[in-house]
Amino acid sequence: MSNEHSMRRVTAIRNGTVIDHIPQGQALAVLDMLGISDATSVPVSLVMNVPSKKMGNKDIIKVEDRELTQGELDRLALVAPDANVAIIRAYTVAEKMIINLGDEMVNVVRCTMSNCITANLREPLPHRMKVVSRDPLELRCHYCGRPQDLDKLVKNVI
Amino acid sequence: MAGLITMDDLTNDEILKILEDADRLLPVARGELYLPLLQGRILGNLFFEPSTRTRMSFETAMKRLGGEVVNLGDVKTSSVVKGETLFDTIQMVDGYTDIIAMRHPRQGAAQYAQDSARVPILNGGDGAGHHPTQTMLDLFTIKQAHGKLDGLKVILAGDLRFGRTVHSLSHALTRFGCELIFASPEILKMPPEIVSDLKAHGGDITETEDLYSMMEDADVVYMTRIQKERFSDEDEYAKVAGAYKLHTNDLSDVKAGMIIMHPLPRVDEIHPSVDTTRHARYFEQAFNGVVARMALLCKLLGVEVPADVQKAGGAL
Repeated sequence: MSNEHSMRRVTAIRNGTVIDHIPQGQALAVLDMLGISDATSVPVSLVMNVPSKKMGNKDIIKVEDRELTQGELDRLALVAPDANVAIIRAYTVAEKMIINLGDEMVNVVRCTMSNCITANLREPLPHRMKVVSRDPLELRCHYCGRPQDLDKLVKNVI
Repeated sequence: MAGLITMDDLTNDEILKILEDADRLLPVARGELYLPLLQGRILGNLFFEPSTRTRMSFETAMKRLGGEVVNLGDVKTSSVVKGETLFDTIQMVDGYTDIIAMRHPRQGAAQYAQDSARVPILNGGDGAGHHPTQTMLDLFTIKQAHGKLDGLKVILAGDLRFGRTVHSLSHALTRFGCELIFASPEILKMPPEIVSDLKAHGGDITETEDLYSMMEDADVVYMTRIQKERFSDEDEYAKVAGAYKLHTNDLSDVKAGMIIMHPLPRVDEIHPSVDTTRHARYFEQAFNGVVARMALLCKLLGVEVPADVQKAGGAL
């Protein structure tokens, strides 16, 4: 099935954000990372496990009437670093955005080590993850230096 | 101002310079010479975990150099027990002092404190993380005995999993090109991320459970205590307690210049009969904590140690 067919599984949106080429099975994690929950007020369409020439299978998310900011999108580097993001205005692609994995992720996730100083949630300094390697992705806590298990880390979204 | 959180905060040249400064400060540390290089400066001692040697040697180092010390005191009677965050505690002490020495049960606490503070932080141990000031005195002791740091064969034995002293020391020794033998029970092995880091930096590392067969051509045997307080399960502790017990009988085939070190306190890892052998260096090592910390205090406070200490100092 072509990419075009995959996209047509849900209606085109008038205004909002389309996140395409999300790794298969990661769409719910993407929603978590973006803080989009069932209590959100805007319509959200979710397509999972659709065929993709580039990826074999992929997930797609369409968020209506909301343009995600670069800061919000950069949070996705953890679960969907190669996703394509388009801002839609009046049914057309107004802007294409790239997810940037910087040298550090600040206040995106909490360290997974239970004895890290940041496990005390009353401590006010930001949660900081240093990017040690991009491929494969390796993150270490700025404070305790512990390498992070990425599967556990995505459950520690702030 | 930058502090000392991990050994990565110092270059090899800086380490060697600090060790040279420490060597010149020996008569001051022994109380043979008065040299008030840090007069008017105040050290804040923040020990959130029990400490004897580290806390006392910091205090001695500061006082030998003419400085003053303020202590957090017993955590049970401080604001910490009322729920004060580390951030708030640091804000307060940062205003009272010129430099802070700190020990905390949580890993990353020293970096967190440094990010919260204006004054330099000296990490005196953060959970099972790092203990770089101990590493500096260990390096000083090794250099004192062997005249060099590079190319030595060093065995680190005992609790390598939770033992923060060996985490920092192994990093430093690798940087100086030492061959490292990690001898420990299986459940107390060096954390894999540390081993992989060391290997990535060219570390020559052997991991074993058999300490005794590796000692014959070692230059340093660094023993550590199996730390009961790090085990949540008493049965697990019982399985490994007393895993290694060095006795004079084990020293018949070792090199004449081999030294035995221990960060202390010891339980039964080193039999008292070893104390009187030429190999025992752990009490000198404990003393060296004063002189190494004197040199570190000077370095982080930007105070140059005079080339001719005898000329600069005076009689007590």
